[in-house]
Amino acid sequence: MTILCIYAVKSNCFSLKLFAMFGRSNAAIRKVIGASSVGTMIEWYDFYIFGSLAPIISMKFFPQDNPTAAFLSTLATFAAGFVVRPFGALFFGRLGDIVGRKHTFMMTLLLMGGATFLIGCVPGYETIGFMAPILVLILRLLQGLALGGEYGGAATYVAEHSPAERRGYWTSWIQTTATLGLFTSLLVIMLTKSALGEKEFSDWGWRIPFWVSILMIGISYLIRRNMKESPMFAATKAAGETVSNPLAASFGNKYNFKYVLLALLGATMGQGVIWYTGHYYAMSFLKTDCGVDALQVEKMMTWAFVFGTPFFVLFGWLSDKVGRKPIMLAGMLIAILSYFPIYQAMYGLASNTQRIEIAGKTDVQVLRKADEKNPADSVITTITHKEFTDGAVFNETQTLLKSADTTREPLPAKIKTATLLPATAFWQLVLLIFIQILFVTMVYGPIAAFLVEMFPTKIRYTSMSLPYHIGNGIFGGLMPAVATYLATTAKAGGNPDWFLQGIWYPIIIAGVCFLIGLLYIDGRDNNIDD
Amino acid sequence: MNKIRRIAGILWLAMGAAAGYFSITSIGLPKFNSGLAGNQSDLVFGIIMLFILTPLIVGSLLIFGYYTLSGEYDRE
Repeated sequence: MTILCIYAVKSNCFSLKLFAMFGRSNAAIRKVIGASSVGTMIEWYDFYIFGSLAPIISMKFFPQDNPTAAFLSTLATFAAGFVVRPFGALFFGRLGDIVGRKHTFMMTLLLMGGATFLIGCVPGYETIGFMAPILVLILRLLQGLALGGEYGGAATYVAEHSPAERRGYWTSWIQTTATLGLFTSLLVIMLTKSALGEKEFSDWGWRIPFWVSILMIGISYLIRRNMKESPMFAATKAAGETVSNPLAASFGNKYNFKYVLLALLGATMGQGVIWYTGHYYAMSFLKTDCGVDALQVEKMMTWAFVFGTPFFVLFGWLSDKVGRKPIMLAGMLIAILSYFPIYQAMYGLASNTQRIEIAGKTDVQVLRKADEKNPADSVITTITHKEFTDGAVFNETQTLLKSADTTREPLPAKIKTATLLPATAFWQLVLLIFIQILFVTMVYGPIAAFLVEMFPTKIRYTSMSLPYHIGNGIFGGLMPAVATYLATTAKAGGNPDWFLQGIWYPIIIAGVCFLIGLLYIDGRDNNIDD
Repeated sequence: MNKIRRIAGILWLAMGAAAGYFSITSIGLPKFNSGLAGNQSDLVFGIIMLFILTPLIVGSLLIFGYYTLSGEYDRE
C-alpha cells in the first residue's frame, strides 16, 4: 500500500491516488471517525469539566479572600482556555506535520487525560497551602496545550481518510464533539450530584468527574492505538515530501500565510463568537442577567444540545452538495440579524420585570444563629419567597454576618437569587437556545472540511490549527467576558436596554468575518491532494 | 470584483486602527486600571485585552488590509 501511495503521489495519477487513499470500505472509515471523534469528545469533556466546576474548584483551591489565589484562579480560567490553546496548536501542529497525525493526537489524548485525572487528585488549599493553586494552574495549562493540539489532528486525520465528495459529512462528526463534550460534562456533574447529594458532592464528590476521565481516556487510547497513520500523510512522508520546519513553511511563507489570515478573519473568528454565544453566553445571560435558577438553565442547555447536535452532521453533509462557504456565511448572516430579537425575547421570558406578583403568596423569613467560627457573632439569614401569576417562583437568600464587636466594619450581605420558571417559559427558552445552536451548527459543521481544504498535506496540521484556536479560543473564548463587561457598563450607565449591549461583540466580529468571507473566500477548490 | 477586493483593503486598515483605539481606551485600559486598584480578575482581563486580543485584532486586520490593497487576494 505504501509503495502504491508513493507511486500515486509521484505520478500524480488521480485514480491511483483515489485507490491509495480510499481503497477502504465504509466500515473502515466509520471506525476511523468513531475512534477520532470519541477521543476528541473526551478531550472537550476534560476541558469543560474544569469550567463547569469552576465555582467549587475556586472554593477548594483558590480562596477568594486571598488576592494572590484569586489572581491565580482567574489566570487558570483565562490563560488555559484562551491563551495557551494557540501555543498547543503550534507545538503539536508542528509535530503532527513532522512525525505524523496519529502519534501526535495520541500524545495530546494522554496529556489531557493525565492532567484532568491529576486535577481530581490535588489536595485542597487547606491541606497543602499555595502548592494547591499552583499545581492546578499548571495542570490547567497542560489541558489547554493538549486541546490546542487535538482538534487539528483529529480533523486532519479524518479528512485525509475521507473521499472528497463526502468530506464535509465525515468531518462533521468531529464537529459534534465540542458540543457533546460540554453536554457530557454537564450530564456527569448532574448524575454525580444527584447520586451523592449536594453536601457530599461539594466535599469530595466533585473529584469524580475528573477521575472518570482516566477511564474514558484509557478506552479511547485502546481504540486509537490500533489505528493506522493517515494514508495521505504516510504517502507524503514516504515520498520524502514532508517539511523540516512546518512553522516557517506555514507562517514565514507569504503565499501560505495569507490563507492562514483568511481562515482566521473570514471563517474561524466569526465561527468562534457564534459558538460561544450559543453555548456559553446564552447560559450566563440566563443565570446572571435574568436570574434564572442555575440547574434549570443547565437543563435547558442540555435539551437544546440534544435537539441541536444532529444538525452538525446535516450541515456537514449539505456542505458536500452546495459548498462550505454558502452554509457558513448564511449561518453568520442569520445569526447577526437574529441575535437582538432572540435576546430581547429571552429577557422577556426569563426576567421578572414583566411578571405580576401574587400579593398573598409573598413570604419573608428571618433566621438568626451563632457564627460557627466565632460564636459571639451572629449570622442573619433572610429568605424571601415570591410567586407570580404565570407560575414562576422567586427565591432570595440574604446572609449577613453581624459582628459582636461594634467597632468592626460590617461585611456586605451575601445575596443569592434564583427564579424557577414555569414549563411554558422553560420550553420557549429551550427553543430560543436551540435556534442559536442551529446557527452554531451552520458555521461549525462544515468548518473542519473547509480548513483542511485550504492547506497542503505537508503543513496542514500546523496551518489549520492556529487560525482555528485563535478564532475559537481567543475571539470566541473571550466572548462571554467582553459581553458581560459591555452589559454591566451599560447597566451602570443607566441604559434601559443594558441586557442587549453584550450582543454587540459577536455581531461586530461575525459581521466583519462575514464581509471578509464573502469577498475573499473562493470556496470552489476542495482538493486536498496537494 | 478584484477592484472592490482591493479598495476594501482601506476599510480593513481603518477598521484595524479603530478597533485598536476602542479596545485600548474603552475596555483594556479601564480594566487594567481597575485591576491595579485591587480587582485581580480585572487585572487578568485587562492584560489579556491589552496584550493579546488587541494586538491580534489590530495586527491581523492591518496585515490583511495591506495584502488586499496590494492585490494578494485577486482572482484570475
